[in-house]
Amino acid sequence: MISVRNLVKRFGARIVLRNLNFAVQSGEFVALLGPNGAGKTTFLRILASLSRPNFGEICIGGYFLPHQAASVRRKLGVVSHQPLLYGDLTAEENLNFFGRMYGVSNLSNRIHEVLGMVGLTARRQDLIRTYSRGMQQRLAIGRSILHDPDVLLLDEPHTGLDQDACDMLDDVLRKVAESGRTIVMTSHDLSRAADLAKRFDILSRGQILASIDSGNLPQDGLLRFYRQTLENTNQSGSVK
Amino acid sequence: MMPATPFFRAMSAILWKDLATELRSRELLSGMLVFSLLVLLIFNFALELDAKARANVTAGVLWVTLSFAGTIGLNRSMAVEKDRGCLDGLLLAPVDRTAIYFGKTLANLVFMLIVAAIIIPIYSILYNQNLFIPGLLLVILLGSIGYVVVGTLLASMAVQARTRDILLPILLFPVIIPVVVAAVKASGGYLQSIPFDEISPWLNLLGVYDVIFTSVAFMVFEYIVEE
Repeated sequence: MISVRNLVKRFGARIVLRNLNFAVQSGEFVALLGPNGAGKTTFLRILASLSRPNFGEICIGGYFLPHQAASVRRKLGVVSHQPLLYGDLTAEENLNFFGRMYGVSNLSNRIHEVLGMVGLTARRQDLIRTYSRGMQQRLAIGRSILHDPDVLLLDEPHTGLDQDACDMLDDVLRKVAESGRTIVMTSHDLSRAADLAKRFDILSRGQILASIDSGNLPQDGLLRFYRQTLENTNQSGSVK
Repeated sequence: MMPATPFFRAMSAILWKDLATELRSRELLSGMLVFSLLVLLIFNFALELDAKARANVTAGVLWVTLSFAGTIGLNRSMAVEKDRGCLDGLLLAPVDRTAIYFGKTLANLVFMLIVAAIIIPIYSILYNQNLFIPGLLLVILLGSIGYVVVGTLLASMAVQARTRDILLPILLFPVIIPVVVAAVKASGGYLQSIPFDEISPWLNLLGVYDVIFTSVAFMVFEYIVEE
């Protein structure tokens, strides 16, 4: 579903992504883990066609970036740590607006369905600026799946949420994953990532250092695998 | 009825969204209007002109007011898109990104014309000068189009910067000098009842400017908004 080869992204003299290779099968839920500044958000922004790579080949659902960006965007839903919603519009109006932008057919029924899925039907007429952070993030997921995309890109979706809001968000994410969508999620929260994802890739210094399926995790779990991967990289002094 | 193409559907959705948002918040229009009225009042008291001199400066005062108020509107219009990452939300839509530009431009034009429609009668009363001349209204339309076409493009660029409030006027005013000069000359011509032959070159300049910068924006907008 997603194939990335030799991806390079520079900001001036600083190289953020170095010959990054990455592949995701259809229906997989991949957690992209890594320290601050590893390049996770930059990578996701490139996949979302919000940022242009300097070099490399990216194919999503059979379409190539950046030349077929509009076709790629049709297949993508994106959730970032910002909700990407208008504070002075209601939940229903926001979804109506984005539905028109995406050309969603039978829009009012779809809005009703999505609001039910994220548990916001009762608050559909309220302005977004009156929503809590957790509610905004749930609606952001609703916005991202409104056009029924094949791929979901989630950039730190738990940022700024309290425990209860995180649990509710995870429930929604599980429902979305069960519907067979391919999901790539960046996260700092290893325990939440471990609960949700089926594969874990460690990104540091602009490269994928290691990848492991949830079934192959060592006995003491993801945290040890994550630390060992980063320590090995630091000891060797280079990225292999 | 024919189904709207994705381009026009996206454009009209953005126009609807901007108008609906403004109807709720009234932040953009109220800011532009209060500023415009203050500028008109300040000029009125500061210049203390006789009737003849007033006719000569009317066009200049009008366009200075519209230009400065327009900057406030453009800044606010793009700031709304920056809040909560909404600009990314727009850029993620599977449509030609110039549809986003034209949607925003149309909305900005509507706001600019609403402000013009309110300040013209007030100006007429304060300065005892009739501004309801069809030719002058055409100049205001053409000048406003030129202003928002360039202004929306540059505001899209400036919104990425931390110093966007300062950056926009610095970028915008040098580029809109031809619009302001042509609009002031043409407006002054109509106010002083100069023959149309002497006004028409300025109208032509406004029309050509509008066409050229609309084309430029069409070509470069995607590159401006992408990292």
